[in-house]
Amino acid sequence: MVSQQLRPAPQESPASHAAPRGSRSVPVLLLKVLVLAVVISTVVALTPALVAAERWGFLVFFWVLVLLVVAVYATRRAIPLKYLLPGAVLLFSFVVYPVISTFQVSLTNLGDGTRATREEATAQILGASVVQAPDAPRYNLSVATTGSPSAGPYAFLLVDPATGEASVGTDEGLEPLPDATVTDGFVTAADGYELLTPVQVNDASAQLADLTVPVDGGAIRQLGIRQAFLGSTPLVYDEDAETITNTDTGAVYAPTLQGDREYYVSADGQRLSDQSWAADVGLANYVRAFTDARILSDFLGTFGWTLVFATLSVATTFALGTVLAIVLNDRRVRGQKVYRSVLLLPYAIPSFISLLLWSGFWNTDFGLINDLTGLSVNWFGGETTAKVAVILTNLWLGFPYMFLVVTGALQAIPEDLKEAAGLDGAGGFTGFRTITFPLLLIPTAPLLVASFAFNFNNFNTIFLLTGGGPFTPDNPTAGGTDLLISYTIRLAFGASGAQFGFASAIAVLLFILTGVVAALQFRLTRRLEDVI
Amino acid sequence: MRIPLRAAVAAVGIAALTAGCSGGSGDGAAPAGTTAPEGGASAEETGAPARDDADLVIWTDELKIDPVTQIAEQFGEENGISVAVQAVTDLQANFITANAASNGPDVVVGAHDWIGNMVQNGAIDPLQITADQLGQYSEVAVDAVTYDDQLYGLPYGVEALVLYRNTDLAPEAPATLDDAFATGLQLKEAGTVESAFNLPVGELGDAYHMQPLYTSLGGYVFGRDASGAYDPTDLGVGDEASQAAGARIQELGEGGSGVLTRSVSGDNSIALFADGQAPYLLSGPWARADVEAAGFGWDVQAVPGFAGAEPAQPFTGVQAFYVASNGTNKAFAQEFVTGTMNTEEAMQTMYDGANIPPSLVSLQESEVAADPQLQAYLDAANAGEPMPSIPQMGAVFEPLGQAYSAIIGGADGAETMVQTGDTIRAAIS
Repeated sequence: MVSQQLRPAPQESPASHAAPRGSRSVPVLLLKVLVLAVVISTVVALTPALVAAERWGFLVFFWVLVLLVVAVYATRRAIPLKYLLPGAVLLFSFVVYPVISTFQVSLTNLGDGTRATREEATAQILGASVVQAPDAPRYNLSVATTGSPSAGPYAFLLVDPATGEASVGTDEGLEPLPDATVTDGFVTAADGYELLTPVQVNDASAQLADLTVPVDGGAIRQLGIRQAFLGSTPLVYDEDAETITNTDTGAVYAPTLQGDREYYVSADGQRLSDQSWAADVGLANYVRAFTDARILSDFLGTFGWTLVFATLSVATTFALGTVLAIVLNDRRVRGQKVYRSVLLLPYAIPSFISLLLWSGFWNTDFGLINDLTGLSVNWFGGETTAKVAVILTNLWLGFPYMFLVVTGALQAIPEDLKEAAGLDGAGGFTGFRTITFPLLLIPTAPLLVASFAFNFNNFNTIFLLTGGGPFTPDNPTAGGTDLLISYTIRLAFGASGAQFGFASAIAVLLFILTGVVAALQFRLTRRLEDVI
Repeated sequence: MRIPLRAAVAAVGIAALTAGCSGGSGDGAAPAGTTAPEGGASAEETGAPARDDADLVIWTDELKIDPVTQIAEQFGEENGISVAVQAVTDLQANFITANAASNGPDVVVGAHDWIGNMVQNGAIDPLQITADQLGQYSEVAVDAVTYDDQLYGLPYGVEALVLYRNTDLAPEAPATLDDAFATGLQLKEAGTVESAFNLPVGELGDAYHMQPLYTSLGGYVFGRDASGAYDPTDLGVGDEASQAAGARIQELGEGGSGVLTRSVSGDNSIALFADGQAPYLLSGPWARADVEAAGFGWDVQAVPGFAGAEPAQPFTGVQAFYVASNGTNKAFAQEFVTGTMNTEEAMQTMYDGANIPPSLVSLQESEVAADPQLQAYLDAANAGEPMPSIPQMGAVFEPLGQAYSAIIGGADGAETMVQTGDTIRAAIS
């Protein structure tokens, strides 16, 4: 398909406009029509669901996308766009859109305890306050309707197991139901009522949850399929004042701001519930990141170590990989293939497994490292030794990749260049320094940048080896070997509860930082390419 | 809590953040870093679990899926409905997120210390179970699943730390922790074992496993208010008793007698004991299978206290069934949890399949008759205090564990406990 599209010249004269159309082969045209049809029909099929879910943003995005795709591929005008559009769409979907949503979340207090809206939270607080009356009877329940099983109106046909008497409960109250047929303690038939099957009862869960039968001492509510209980709640919601009153104690709970979130709090400072609700907090999360002295110093300290870790990881793995590749590239080495296969082993083992093994190797008393070396260093106990251990482990995991890449690059360097250098007197190390190494850097430099970016966010290594530790007793949030990514994840999903809003703010800052670092590196890489 | 599920957390974290972070690395493409292939693999595991389409959907974990499926299928047959039981990793977080999006299950099975967080997220509904029925469960189990004066879970299992002993190495059951430490140290000095007393510490510490020692030395984490609920404003870490406990733990640490060491961690504690390299193991019912398979004589008892000190009180963890607040099949969910599960038959199936010491008193009695060892696990659970399930507890485990690790490594016991108390108080205020 690509070669077909390359054929027409970018600038077509109006006169030639009709001609190339015929030159298109039929299968390609069919394929194109088919792909366009699939794109359009997918979006058409998605539309009702998006409308139902009221996702207007997605709806607009998908239709704009369809128009763009049709405009670009069904016509012959925008030839460059035909190549740019797929990449641009992917860039938007997987980079721009996540960044925008992360930024949006960073402007809220979203987290554990604030996931619901205020209406939902209020309803849940009220619903969860229903308590069953002590010593009140449990009724045997048959749900019935005087209308249709799916729409109601519904009634509870109840049998008190103690007396065996049947009654009917609606939202108006409880009435005796003398002419009902009672079998095994349940109403099985009653004039004017249609009984619901268990599945119908379940389908009507939402409506039935609202049906309460007011009686003395509370209200009768449904419990599952076959039971009803007498329960009551002391809490009453005042819609105008937006407060909740406890009718037993008289306490009034009003929404009050505590920290970055609102709770229902009484005049004497008692919280009604730990449940809060989502709210926009503007730039408060960013203000917190920059003004909280601990967070700022943690962030900067962690950033420094992240840079060191990524740099050293790349440098050490590249150095070791290069040395081994050059040694094994020499024709005089016998059994090259065997050595190369053995050296690739660490790369072949899933890093999750090797990392867990290594975390055992560094153990003070039972670990392989101390056993072999005769040391008794508590590697993960001290900040410096932990850092050394992490770098060394990452060297083990990473050098085979560099070895592989450099071996490939070495074989692409023409032998005659080296021979020529040798004839000019630049043999041995001088030859390597002036000829081989600069040529080696050209193909590998972008990979070094990619490797740096990977190690900048190398969560697995840190998390599985040290868990970010060692920590000091006064600071459980940032450990000695924490990278920015593991630090952020602890903030976002740590044991102290999820703080999505704040962690998103940190992630946005991290995104900006990584972007700047990567831009700087590409500039440096370009300089490398000037070698030739 | 008992085995850090680092891999699971890693998966979630990476998916959530790498999209935003590594996107900026300019060359967004190649995950070809030094340890390349796993970047992709972990991202695949992360996708939030999809809710199966059925009339009753239950989420649980891998260890309990068989018995839960058995009970659920029978429930489905009785009611003529379809049921689906799914094993979900990182269950609590995934459940809360899915439930908030109305994509969650109808019933969830999990530990009671999730309740505080689930309630503050409005994720579960209270259960209405009569006082008579509740009376059939052990007190500590009912206490644990009660939150804000409401019952939120139906308990089926109780777990607490116990003391395992290799009877080939240490024939006598220790009456106090001091006895156990003395025997262990003798064996270590004689070169018979590598570790005197296996209590997982590690570099990150383990406040859960240290709790029996801490309570025996007079410490507590959160006090209780008049109604018996844990009070987040009454923090025991940093008070005088905790300072004394810290000082004593320091004496037991690497700079002192060496009974406790950071070399023993959750990763190797059970394995070392099963290898015969330690005479004692402080662990829970989940270690029993490994200990039984080890091939030496063993015994188990509730953790004794220090000589002349308070009794040791481990945290009791209770396993329970919950009804989701946003489930699509609430009526069936209520019926299943408060009806079907609330029977001796279902509880028996859970015990046979998941092997967690039961919470139903009648089942405890019948099972102890067949398996006398079970009594030690039940004694330990009954002697323990329910692990606080208030959300503030999340701010306790990490710093307190790290404090123990530092103290065992030689930091000043009293001072570190004061510092840690300040850290926790700052985090929960």
